[in-house]
Amino acid sequence: MKPIRAVSVFCIVFLLASTAWSGPPAAMSVQVQTGQVRSEPSFLGAVLASLAYGDRIDVIGQQGDWMEVAVPGGSRGWMHRSALTKKKVVLNAGWQDVGTGASSDELALAGKGFNAETEGLFRERHRQADFLWVDRMERFVVYPEEMLAFLKEGGVKPLKGGAR
Amino acid sequence: MKLRLDGRIVYRGVLVLFVSVFLLSGCRTMEPVLDVGAALGVSTGVVTSGQAESIRRSAVAVGKTFEDITPEQEYYMGRAVAATILGRYRPYPDEEANRYVNLVGQTLAQASDRPETFGGYHFLILDADEINAFAAPGGFILVTRGMLRLCQNEDQVAAVLAHEIAHIQGRDGLRSIRSGRLTSALTILAAEGMKNLGSGELAQVTEAFEGSVSDITATLLNNGYSRDLEREADRCALMFLGRVGYDPGALTTVLKQMESRTQKSGSGFGRTHPDPIERIMDLGGKPAGVSRPAVPAARQARFQQALGNV
Repeated sequence: MKPIRAVSVFCIVFLLASTAWSGPPAAMSVQVQTGQVRSEPSFLGAVLASLAYGDRIDVIGQQGDWMEVAVPGGSRGWMHRSALTKKKVVLNAGWQDVGTGASSDELALAGKGFNAETEGLFRERHRQADFLWVDRMERFVVYPEEMLAFLKEGGVKPLKGGAR
Repeated sequence: MKLRLDGRIVYRGVLVLFVSVFLLSGCRTMEPVLDVGAALGVSTGVVTSGQAESIRRSAVAVGKTFEDITPEQEYYMGRAVAATILGRYRPYPDEEANRYVNLVGQTLAQASDRPETFGGYHFLILDADEINAFAAPGGFILVTRGMLRLCQNEDQVAAVLAHEIAHIQGRDGLRSIRSGRLTSALTILAAEGMKNLGSGELAQVTEAFEGSVSDITATLLNNGYSRDLEREADRCALMFLGRVGYDPGALTTVLKQMESRTQKSGSGFGRTHPDPIERIMDLGGKPAGVSRPAVPAARQARFQQALGNV
């Protein structure tokens, strides 16, 4: 095979493989404190609803990193992949969950591992660490409508489609 | 009609398509760097091979590599890293300046490939003259007054923050945790499952937590990331800036300003980051002759209002 043809074949195979669509998982869980459901698959989309950590949603479509989801209550919207996990989030896990999930890669155990209790022990040992200001930091919240107004006011024009 | 294609045309077409797909893909994928199995301690006799296999299976449910750390666990590590840094640097409590930095930063974060972390992105200014910024896991970003003074407009502030957001997106802080630490915690959790941990096990998990926080903090304050991770963070930053509508060239400009102000032997970015000139070259730019498109008056006015006296 000539080098040019070999490179072409490789590129075509790569393209086919990288664009192959295997379909989104049917159901996913919210893996962040507050998951935002947007009107369109973009960070510029209006927030239609907020879902809580561990909430299960049905995925009905996918566009890049955005999942089209059926929101409890009947409406549809888009959630970014980073807010979701294929695993079922178990908020109050017990032994039974371990038995079913230990070898199935299906569970994410909320509150296990590094958590508020671990932080409490850490704080006792590291008195100089300033968690007060970390708490204050967390109260700096910018809402989506404020972001859009901020961009408009400053003449900052996002690319159509914006984030993937 | 006989259709005949010139091989070179086909080749060029395929190559253009190939490059396009590459550019349209995201900044980075996360690859595993740890192998729990390799670090379970079988060879050292800590556990038997049968126990190791059982733990290996169970560990799947809890997490087996740094990338399997849940966003919730990452959040708690990030809080402790940020608190540790805030134990060494005083915060700069100016409400207007912090509000402005959060408006720019949180908007940029929404345009990243990881817009949602467990607790969201939050930004705080540190009351320090040195030129520096830190990204603690999960979205806690700290930036010094010295760094903000270096910025001459909002686009440059955005460039600095976009670089830090890229480190959060890449979970770069978690990569600096020594492998043994996480594995020990995960092993205990996997072995103990959902039982309430006994005081001994809790102490071990807390120790692993402390060690992880210490590893990340040492990387942020003293050691810095590899040049590859910095290059990747710069590349992602350009992408975020472009998506939001800021001038991507602002990154090169701010790097150039950094070059003229930092000393390799000093504190801050000069010690923990590659030479700004190298970073500019990595971005494909030239150190000299950086373009500076005019920033709209309203944008410059609010920048001056918020950070003019920082």
